[in-house]
Amino acid sequence: MGERKISRVTVEVTVNGRRQSAELEPRVTLADFLRVELGLTGTHLGCEHGVCGACTVLLDGRAVRSCIMLAVQATGHEVTTIEALANEGELHPLQQAFVDKHGLQCGFCTPGFIMAAAELLERDPDPSEQALLETLGGQVCRCTGYEAIIESVRDAAEKLRQRGVGPLGLLAAALEKKAAPSGNGGGE
Amino acid sequence: MKPPAFEYAAPASVAEAVALLDERGFDAKVLAGGQSLMALLNMRLARPELLVDIARVPGLDSIEISGGCLGVGAMVRQRSLEFFPGLADSHPLLLAGLRHVAHPQNRNQGTVCGSLAHADPAAELPALAVAAGAELVIEGPDGKRSESAEDFFITYLTTTLEPAELLVEARFPLLPEGSGWSVQEVTRRHGDFALAGAVVTMRIADARVADPHVVAFGVGAVPLRCTAAEQALAGAEPGPAAWKEAGALVSEAVEDPLDDVHASASQRRSVAGVMASRAMEEAAARA
Ligand code: FES
Ligand code: FES
Repeated sequence: MGERKISRVTVEVTVNGRRQSAELEPRVTLADFLRVELGLTGTHLGCEHGVCGACTVLLDGRAVRSCIMLAVQATGHEVTTIEALANEGELHPLQQAFVDKHGLQCGFCTPGFIMAAAELLERDPDPSEQALLETLGGQVCRCTGYEAIIESVRDAAEKLRQRGVGPLGLLAAALEKKAAPSGNGGGE
Repeated sequence: MKPPAFEYAAPASVAEAVALLDERGFDAKVLAGGQSLMALLNMRLARPELLVDIARVPGLDSIEISGGCLGVGAMVRQRSLEFFPGLADSHPLLLAGLRHVAHPQNRNQGTVCGSLAHADPAAELPALAVAAGAELVIEGPDGKRSESAEDFFITYLTTTLEPAELLVEARFPLLPEGSGWSVQEVTRRHGDFALAGAVVTMRIADARVADPHVVAFGVGAVPLRCTAAEQALAGAEPGPAAWKEAGALVSEAVEDPLDDVHASASQRRSVAGVMASRAMEEAAARA
């Protein structure tokens, strides 16, 4: 059984600001492409059928489940993963808020929560309680009991508002900086 | 929990997609947003030989209001419709219903037409389509046809779509001037499939209920249009007595509801009636 010859597909996608291209079996999910092909293991896999949200990444700025999406479906689009958030060792305000407010215990769910929250705060810097719960309600955490996660996202929202920038705006700025050739011959 | 092997095609036109489906028959499956299909594949509950990804077909992602209808193309993501400018005014029923569909993280990928074609009886969109009197535009090897949502759903996960046919657009008539609407459901968590729910639209004319539409979902093999309840409501004086009577008729109309670990059959039956009564009350208040 299963000896059919399957032709491969070409996947061309921008991940965290970098163009990536690969020849893959069509059945490779976006999550496995990120984790196995690109080594971006910050995107976690929990249920692998779209329920837990551990695998949440941004596709053109929208939070999606990368376990129920094929890598080839992302061709021509931009994917952002948790790895894009920290800037040269400095945590992103969302990440820092999860540290400050104890928004994680084991941390398995955290990348998913942060990516889902990033979409929300980019859209709405000061989300209502209902909007917050609706978004975070799509993510599952087995440890924290959620209260601290909600607090973390509120805290991040406040910090971002103070800086007058959205979570993804901050990211775009950092990516540009990374991409720019260093002007001083590398003498940091 | 990984999908089985399949071939993949990304046709560039509806005609090409239909030709592929025609050639491969039951061995092919249409991939749109994938929010139902990919879960089935990962759990290996489905093993198609070929996935026909329609996301690269130009023009299928259009949303437009024309001829008194809101037309939603096959690749329109649920979330894109939710954010369609003016939807709160042009089709508040759909907006209210979409907010109950899974989670934003699923709606960002999932399509409106995909949910209709998947035909899960506990899903909101099929019930919304029936309540709104939607027309479904279907393209196949013999050309285009159009079918009412009410006739489209046959049973669990089964519609009148032939293997070589593609649902290309769902057309939702705009609600008549002065209509009230409501979507009510009971779920374990917000965003889960409904244990039971109801969609109601109506107008109030000369202090009487006019044009009532009552649809229950999550209680049978297809969205249940409750004609007995609609007849009782038509011309009735709006108020708790009318809602209660019509709600009881909804419970009565529910035959053989699902009976599982989430809710017993009798619970589903009674919740459907209560949801319908509440939806009537809210729809009347908005009318
Ligand atoms: S691993 Fe993707 S939703 Fe659970
Ligand atoms: S911190 Fe352990 S699952 Fe959320």
